[in-house]
Amino acid sequence: MKGPQTGIVLIGVLLLCALAAMGASATTAFLLERVAYRPLRRRTTSRLAALISAIGASFFIQEVFALRYGRDILPFPRIMNKTVLFHIGSGEVRTDKVLVVLAAIVMMILLDRFVGTSRLGRGIRATAQDPEMAVLMGVNIDRVIVLTFILGGLMAGVAALLFGTFFEVTQYNIGFLLGIKAFTAAVLGGIGNLRGALIGGFALGLIESYGASIFGAQWKDVIAFVVLVLVLLVRPTGLLGEQLARSRI
Amino acid sequence: MGRLLELAGVTVRFGGVVAVSDLDLHVDEGEIFSLIGPNGAGKTTVFNIVTGVYEAAQGSVTLSGRSLRGRRPHQVTRLGVARTFQNLRLFGNMSALENVMVGADARHRTGIPGAILGLPTHRAEETSGRETARELLALVGIAELAEDAASNLSYGDQRRLEIARALATEPRLLLLDEPTAGMNPPEKSALQGLVRSIRDRGVTVLLIEHDMSVVMTISDRVAVLDFGRKIAEGQPADVRTDPAVITAYLGAPTDAA
Repeated sequence: MKGPQTGIVLIGVLLLCALAAMGASATTAFLLERVAYRPLRRRTTSRLAALISAIGASFFIQEVFALRYGRDILPFPRIMNKTVLFHIGSGEVRTDKVLVVLAAIVMMILLDRFVGTSRLGRGIRATAQDPEMAVLMGVNIDRVIVLTFILGGLMAGVAALLFGTFFEVTQYNIGFLLGIKAFTAAVLGGIGNLRGALIGGFALGLIESYGASIFGAQWKDVIAFVVLVLVLLVRPTGLLGEQLARSRI
Repeated sequence: MGRLLELAGVTVRFGGVVAVSDLDLHVDEGEIFSLIGPNGAGKTTVFNIVTGVYEAAQGSVTLSGRSLRGRRPHQVTRLGVARTFQNLRLFGNMSALENVMVGADARHRTGIPGAILGLPTHRAEETSGRETARELLALVGIAELAEDAASNLSYGDQRRLEIARALATEPRLLLLDEPTAGMNPPEKSALQGLVRSIRDRGVTVLLIEHDMSVVMTISDRVAVLDFGRKIAEGQPADVRTDPAVITAYLGAPTDAA
């Protein structure tokens, strides 16, 4: 089965790819939590330590992939036909773009519901706000944290598939800048607020695109990080952010 | 009436400072027991030893004969000890009902697979957890605030919510750290009624309290700590007239300027 698929086959292929990507990502996330985070959590409560460990783990994974696949940009097979559905002004609305937007919205709704209503979701929110207190309420926070990582891995797997389908290239470090952009979007929306992250993501994307059309495409990343710095300076809690200071008594 | 909590020869040090020194204390089942004493006497430290936050340097801590020493806080919770805090520590962004449900979750058995598959046992647990949580909110008198964010509740209601959340873990022993702090007199007397009704549900209560009128009214027994040592213990009326206690609270008469 070479080349782009259509109809039922396409849906089947996308689902299979999504399952594989989610499985790989979730496994990676699980291992990372065990190797790079849990040992630190036992020794220190410093959030900086976790951040540094995350950056180190990220470089490690990138370099492993560089050794295996080289440092060049690699092609990503075309999975679906990219038909132009209609135009809005001079903008094309293509099938793959629609897929990305719809998938993102569906994922956010599912995640929001899960975290908002399930027992694990309650555990996640309680642990995020006050880990010590959560422990005293009988929450097994080690379990909550590893499951949160796995949940993040599942989401990242879908994101990776959507990214590959859309841009049709990949590289050993393709996720690095994306991860930092995702962090920027989360800060913009407000760390700890899922809906804020979604809004932050859309806002950041629009700011980048319109900024690039004004200043030129080479300024795209600069614009994104200027946004990050400005948000941290002016409104560290983000658009819909929670007051982090409250949760640390 | 069996012994529920027993501390024997407990000593706690922070660096060179002895916070609690050679403390013997026991709480019987079904009792309301008050721990009083001047600020810094070591009352909250006792709570932290019982709940596994600190470990005693010496001595034994047992709940119904089972040692609590060396157990992690969530294990102590599951053995049946719950507490509230002097400075409130609610999950502020979650609703009052959710705060209580977090406590109820500790008692649940079904896991993620059950949640994903929507197994009947899991759904039954969720439903019963929610019902229990509503019942407890009603018990502490804030049923109508179930859906409000915890941080939006008034100070007194936040204290009540903390108690409901602690009760959700189904404790045999409930530790209350200054439950009436910051309350006005009508709120205080309502809270005394609540503490009694909790005891009547079969939960033993150990409380730290500064308000003497509250202590004298609701306690079955009282122990007085001063500088980490127990200086008196007994019925409220006896403790009130104990010269050592009066000295600890008011200073020795010879010190009077």
